[in-house]
Amino acid sequence: MKRIFAREELCIGCRLCEIHCMVQHSRSRRILTAMLHEKDILTPRVKVQESGQLTFALQCRHCERPRCMEACMTGAITRDPATGIIKHDEKRCVGCWMCVMNCHCGAIVPGRESHVASKCDLCAGSDTPACVANCPNEALIFEER
Amino acid sequence: MTQDIWRRDAHRKWIRPEKDQSGCAISGIMNEDGSRISGEAIITSIENMHDRGNGLGGGFAAYGIYPDLPDHYAFHVMYDNDAAREKTERYLADFFDVEKSEMIPTANLAIIRRRPLLVRYFVRPKDEVSQRHYDLTEDDIVVSNVMYINADIDGAFVFSSGKNMGCFKGVGYPEDIGRFYRLEEYQAWMWTAHARFPTNTTGWWGGAHPFGILDWAVVHNGEVSSYGINRRYLENFGYHCTMQTDTEVIGYLWDLLVRKHKLPIHIAAKCLAPPLWSQIERLPAEEQELLRTLRIVYGGALLNGPFSIVVTHSGGMIGLNDRIKLRPMVAARKGQTLYVSSEEAAIRIICPTPDKIWRPAGGEPIIGRLQSKEVVNA
Amino acid sequence: MRKWLVEQEFVAERDVDRCINCSVCVRQCANDVHLVDEETGCVLSDSQSCVGCHRCTTLCPTKALTIKSAPQEFRENANWTADRIQGIYKQAEGGGILLAGMGNDRPWPVLWDNMVLNASQVTNPSIDPLREPMELTTYLGRKPDRIELESDGNGGVSLKTQLAPQLKLAIPIMFSAMSYGSISYNASLALARAAQAMGTFANTGEGGLHKDFRQYAGNMIVQVASGRFGVDVDYLNIASAVEIKIGQGAKPGIGGHLPAEKVDAQISATRMIPEGSDALSPAPHHDIYSIEDLRQLIFALKEATRYTKPISVKISAVHNVAAIASGCVRAGADIVAIDGFRGGTGAAPLVIRDNVGIPIEVALAAVDTRLREEGIRNQASIVAAGSFRSSGDVIKAIALGADAVYIGTAALISMGCHLCQKCYTGKCNWGIATQDSRLTKRLNPEVGTRRLTNLLRGWSLEIKEMLGGMGINAIESLRGNREHLRGVNLSDRELNILGIKAAGE
Repeated sequence: MKRIFAREELCIGCRLCEIHCMVQHSRSRRILTAMLHEKDILTPRVKVQESGQLTFALQCRHCERPRCMEACMTGAITRDPATGIIKHDEKRCVGCWMCVMNCHCGAIVPGRESHVASKCDLCAGSDTPACVANCPNEALIFEER
Repeated sequence: MTQDIWRRDAHRKWIRPEKDQSGCAISGIMNEDGSRISGEAIITSIENMHDRGNGLGGGFAAYGIYPDLPDHYAFHVMYDNDAAREKTERYLADFFDVEKSEMIPTANLAIIRRRPLLVRYFVRPKDEVSQRHYDLTEDDIVVSNVMYINADIDGAFVFSSGKNMGCFKGVGYPEDIGRFYRLEEYQAWMWTAHARFPTNTTGWWGGAHPFGILDWAVVHNGEVSSYGINRRYLENFGYHCTMQTDTEVIGYLWDLLVRKHKLPIHIAAKCLAPPLWSQIERLPAEEQELLRTLRIVYGGALLNGPFSIVVTHSGGMIGLNDRIKLRPMVAARKGQTLYVSSEEAAIRIICPTPDKIWRPAGGEPIIGRLQSKEVVNA
Repeated sequence: MRKWLVEQEFVAERDVDRCINCSVCVRQCANDVHLVDEETGCVLSDSQSCVGCHRCTTLCPTKALTIKSAPQEFRENANWTADRIQGIYKQAEGGGILLAGMGNDRPWPVLWDNMVLNASQVTNPSIDPLREPMELTTYLGRKPDRIELESDGNGGVSLKTQLAPQLKLAIPIMFSAMSYGSISYNASLALARAAQAMGTFANTGEGGLHKDFRQYAGNMIVQVASGRFGVDVDYLNIASAVEIKIGQGAKPGIGGHLPAEKVDAQISATRMIPEGSDALSPAPHHDIYSIEDLRQLIFALKEATRYTKPISVKISAVHNVAAIASGCVRAGADIVAIDGFRGGTGAAPLVIRDNVGIPIEVALAAVDTRLREEGIRNQASIVAAGSFRSSGDVIKAIALGADAVYIGTAALISMGCHLCQKCYTGKCNWGIATQDSRLTKRLNPEVGTRRLTNLLRGWSLEIKEMLGGMGINAIESLRGNREHLRGVNLSDRELNILGIKAAGE
């Protein structure tokens, strides 16, 4: 399956990926409305990791053996058999944060939206995830490896 | 008395500063066996393309016409006035042994008006001149003197300077110019003709074609878009283009490549109309290197833009189209005779059943070679 | 003394209705213009140090930022303009030479804009480059006046002349000398890769050839400058051509200085100088005090490369450039590169950048004319440099007589440079003229290569269109073909020097 890969040597740490992720997953999908009026309930599903000069954007790796899925007690986390995307069904999520604790790369965060977990869905339905499309330095690539 | 016949002003005032642009018809006949024919056929051929000209210029070149003085340079000179003639003749006498001089025979045709005084001289550079310029050939001496007369003697213009050949030209339709010069009375083994359709120069006798220098004569149809650089390229080698015409630079380029640089005719043709780089890359290695080197070294000689030309010299005739064939040119053969013309009809009218008739590809030269120096009367 | 007299140059205006306080601008500005107010969490701007590079406005996701010239106006004075006054304040405070990056920005006339091109109408056909071949291939190097052939006796001929080494360019545009050091590793890499992709050449400048770039040496011209940085026999032999840098258009008569703080391990290894030492290029080559010395260096380089590489000499366009160029050709240069006074630089004294040298248009015309008059134009190719802003400038230079052109500033602009002229500060927000690893990674070399390649492709398509319009299908038929240029609003004297007619003639 196609995954998002970060090229840390090119990541400039601007965090535009986070902003565009939030907009993509907002109700309005318009940047001004989303960031000025919906910001309180938006959580970026990609997070720029920073240590000194090293920066890179990290999001769900859509693991072959997803520990989050194993740990989910309500079956909210499933694998889409067609695409391989690890999906999170917010309606079934009870906010127990077991997935947050089990993710080995910290890619799932407690969301501000109705107290449920928040994770990358590869912008399901679009050809290029918003973070990849909006990275000004092409430090994120979406490809099969 | 000659003052008011042709001239209203010095001829250089007729040459406009901008480059000559003209449409044209060209035709050429060559008997490779050297048999000579009268000017009737070439007049008939060019007359058939009357509509390609506009009456502002016509001319002919004929080879083998002076068998009695074959080793003398035959200067055809047009004069504005007697003063120019006197000055030129004094100048010629300083540098040349003049074997013979005479008026060029003409017919009185009502349609040909404002004719200049036309005189021809059969000359050779004086021995002392040749010795003083030991580093120059006789041809070089002739060229530099022709250039001097044309550029610096007001009212005189040498329009033909080859051996055993001559150019005949003027303002009018070529068929009238041919009859004016009584070309039916000459016998030549090679004839070319030109009808001119200038779009921006006043009709001037010297500006008609062919352009001749030494035994080179060029008739040309087209407009050379590379004129500016061809002209500057020639200046590197001491050629001064005074006529603002493409035909002049073409004539000098042939003279440079073949006479001075000693390139074979077919190689010189590849300098003027080289194959595309992409075509060169597909050739065998050795040929590739030759053609690549030619293009690299002779880039300034590349003639760009539309043209079809017939170039003649004492060894034969060359027909050449620009490399993407933007002007018409047809060639035909019948026995020992080679025909090249702008239009097929102009060949068929004098040779109804050629052995072969074809349209040469752009950049592919048609080469006619005189097989024997012995010329015979047909 | 406090620098209280120097006014800020720009104002970063923030539209608070659009600002989403995302802090992208804060993270991008190396000049610390934008900051987050700790109490409110709002993003604010302090424009005092803004250089107008537009990095923040470009990356701002909501276009909330606008950079404007500082509205502070001095009392109107046609003589004492704001920049003259500010220059004096700066010097009164600092007591030094005013520095500037990039090319001359004074309102000198740009003669390209006074020349117009020709096109075919009726008497000859224009050629459609979409349907007909259109040739831009150019060979740079020494050419003989004529070739000699050998006849095989059967009408066939073979080549007797052996050509001097030539550089084959698919398009007559090369990247000018920009050293690794003055620009970043990524910028240098992008230039080398783009040159390779487009069949042209990039120039190392005087910074040596990084070992990673040796794979692109088939498309690299290496420079031998007065500091001799990075020069050894391998450097000379791996390159496609060697260029002796005598002068640079932006700073004729002046050397160079790469400050010690930029000389990191990589640059130290590439330039072959100790890490953390200043890289000083003397103003003259201290082994070239005359033309005969230049001849010695040219032939030393030819010997070192076994006569397999063309040797170029780059000079800045100064008053008697024609005579100097002629001397260079007679001294053995195979290529003469002329850099006009609008050419760029990483750092130059402002007063020199803005006042010394002559425009490339006249320098090029004078050199081409002079070499032709002397009958030595074939012996060297001419490369023109010094601010080619569009393919229109390029084609006019070729019609004036250039074999090819160097582009530097245009190449940097295609990679994102916004001409803020602060290259010498090492704080290039676009990751081009800096060695700060936080900044250099802002230029993705793949993106840079693609943008440079696109620029060259775009310009070559435009050149083909213009050539076709003139009824020409090979670039050599335009080279030096001044019949296709006409001047507008030029004096007779200027027309005469340019060797062109006035429009309407």
